[in-house]
Amino acid sequence: MLVTYIEAIRQAMDEEMARDRNVMLLGEDVGVMGGAFKASQGLQEKYGADRVVDMPISESLIIGAGVGLAVQGMRPILEMQFIDFISCGFDQIVNTAATLRYRHGGQTACPIVIRGPSGGGVHGGLYHSQNPEAWFFHVPGLKIVAPATAYDAKGLMKSAIRDDDPVLYFEHKFLYRRIKEDIQQEDYLVPIGKAALRKEGRDVTVITYSSPVHAVMKAARDMAKEVDIEVIDLRTLLPIDWGTVKASVRKTGKVLIVHEARLTGGIGAEIAARIAQECFEDLDGPVMRLAARDTHTPFAPAMEEYVLPNQEKITEAIRKLAAY
Amino acid sequence: MNEQKDRELYHWLRLIREYEDRISTLDKQGKLMGGVYSGKGQEAVVVGFCHDLRWDDWIFPLHRDMGAYLVKGADPKRLMAQIFGKRDGFAKGKDSYLHGGDLANGIFGATSCLGATLPVAAGMAYKFKIRKEDRIAIAFFGEGASSRGDVHEAMNFAGIHKLPMVFVCENNFYAYSTPNELQFGVDNVADRAAGYGFKGEIVSGNDLHAVLKTAKKAIDRARRGDGPTLVECKTYRYHGHSEHDRADYREEEEVITWESRDPIQLWEVYLQKKKYDFAAIQAETTEKVKRIVEEAVAFAEASPAPGGPEAMEDLYAMPIDTEAR
Repeated sequence: MLVTYIEAIRQAMDEEMARDRNVMLLGEDVGVMGGAFKASQGLQEKYGADRVVDMPISESLIIGAGVGLAVQGMRPILEMQFIDFISCGFDQIVNTAATLRYRHGGQTACPIVIRGPSGGGVHGGLYHSQNPEAWFFHVPGLKIVAPATAYDAKGLMKSAIRDDDPVLYFEHKFLYRRIKEDIQQEDYLVPIGKAALRKEGRDVTVITYSSPVHAVMKAARDMAKEVDIEVIDLRTLLPIDWGTVKASVRKTGKVLIVHEARLTGGIGAEIAARIAQECFEDLDGPVMRLAARDTHTPFAPAMEEYVLPNQEKITEAIRKLAAY
Repeated sequence: MNEQKDRELYHWLRLIREYEDRISTLDKQGKLMGGVYSGKGQEAVVVGFCHDLRWDDWIFPLHRDMGAYLVKGADPKRLMAQIFGKRDGFAKGKDSYLHGGDLANGIFGATSCLGATLPVAAGMAYKFKIRKEDRIAIAFFGEGASSRGDVHEAMNFAGIHKLPMVFVCENNFYAYSTPNELQFGVDNVADRAAGYGFKGEIVSGNDLHAVLKTAKKAIDRARRGDGPTLVECKTYRYHGHSEHDRADYREEEEVITWESRDPIQLWEVYLQKKKYDFAAIQAETTEKVKRIVEEAVAFAEASPAPGGPEAMEDLYAMPIDTEAR
């Protein structure tokens, strides 16, 4: 069956709610309306208003309440209507949820999933285009995933719901309905902490995740005669699959990291640093990064295009790297 | 109330006072690390709200509610080990004071972002409601925390769903040094309850009888499914915000006035007027609470200190080692 990226998310939540009565969904407009993007369409009718809860506009409450539910053995999925609004719940994530198990000496787990539409490329402007994963990448106690395919969107959502730790699930709104895949399996998991080798190659490793995976794959195909590119889709950002990353760097000796989030202090910075330190002997060129320019994601098309990575910029970066 | 209960309540008031005084002394002796936040003077609030709770009800104490831990059933020994940063503490040394709750006894550990426990309490109360469990949650917060958005968000949600919970504001007139008149423009924190669609009550937090009466009303209301109550307890902390704070921002007369309304002394007057054998009760209680505190301190001192590498434990319930692949 052809399944869109957002339908894969909906299916995962639906199937997990059917499988486990402790799974719930809390968010703004998730119930009667089925979510601003329809990610939860039909779920309230199926599972009731007690489990698919229309919340007031209170992100901090949504996340804090999720922690209270989790301590009671529930498995709440907490929707941020746009992931940009996650900042309103920042304290509950980093100070309440991420520390919960630690400061209780292991007395409890914190099985919550915080999910919502991230990413630009849709002329959403400053507050509907953000990629805030780096804010949370710095926080121990959290796990972070960012699927690029419909298959992973479903499998990672199921893993996130079944995980006993707080998982931040960054979905990319650009992919919601642009991606359709034939998914045959119903109940399957994509493990958290495991990257996907999207394409094998000998010359250059490109490490990426979420929406840019598609532009990187296209660039890799278009440049096939020129450079043999290996593509790693991280899928999980915290913890990063260092085993897969290092094995690839040892093979190609050249690395480009691509993400849509801003360059400075982005996840690519950590990856570059680790590679420089731990794979120094294997490198045949500088570890390169391509990311959004260090500004906000602007509204006007020319500016947005200028700021965000795209296939053209990826191709140019790969050429530069391959030349070493 | 019968004599048995009157004596029990006296025991808790005295135990909390003894326990916290001892911690303050240990702090002065340089035997403790980190901050110590004495609730001395506020004992009647936590005793009044926690004494009649059931074991499976939940409380969300604020940083000054050491007494709530004790009354709700936390082991005084483990609680002292927590203060000492030892392995037998609830956080196993990872954090001090009241940041590590005792979840088996329905006590949630607070963070230092005051008021942040209220959304958590509301979420838990929501679960009690949808699963039709006969349980309630009590969320304590200070009048300072009442300025935070989390407090508003939690109360708003509790009002929407008539959650089985009680919000207990311990108004001790100072948030660190900031007085009420610089904290809010209303006369009473409880006045805000109307804005959330439930009842607000104001009570003298130093009068255990009054607290018990108001607590019972609020707790019964929550259990009946008639929704939350915001109870504001006017009270006073004798010490500064923490032990290093000399609280020079307060007038001496004000402190003395409040000390003359001491919740324990008030209860002692009551016990005497009831014509119980007060001298015997007092002697017995004194002996008992001193012994409990002695044993707790001895236990905490003997408890092993955690080793450095234990800092990496308890971060994740399901750890993932991606290096190993």
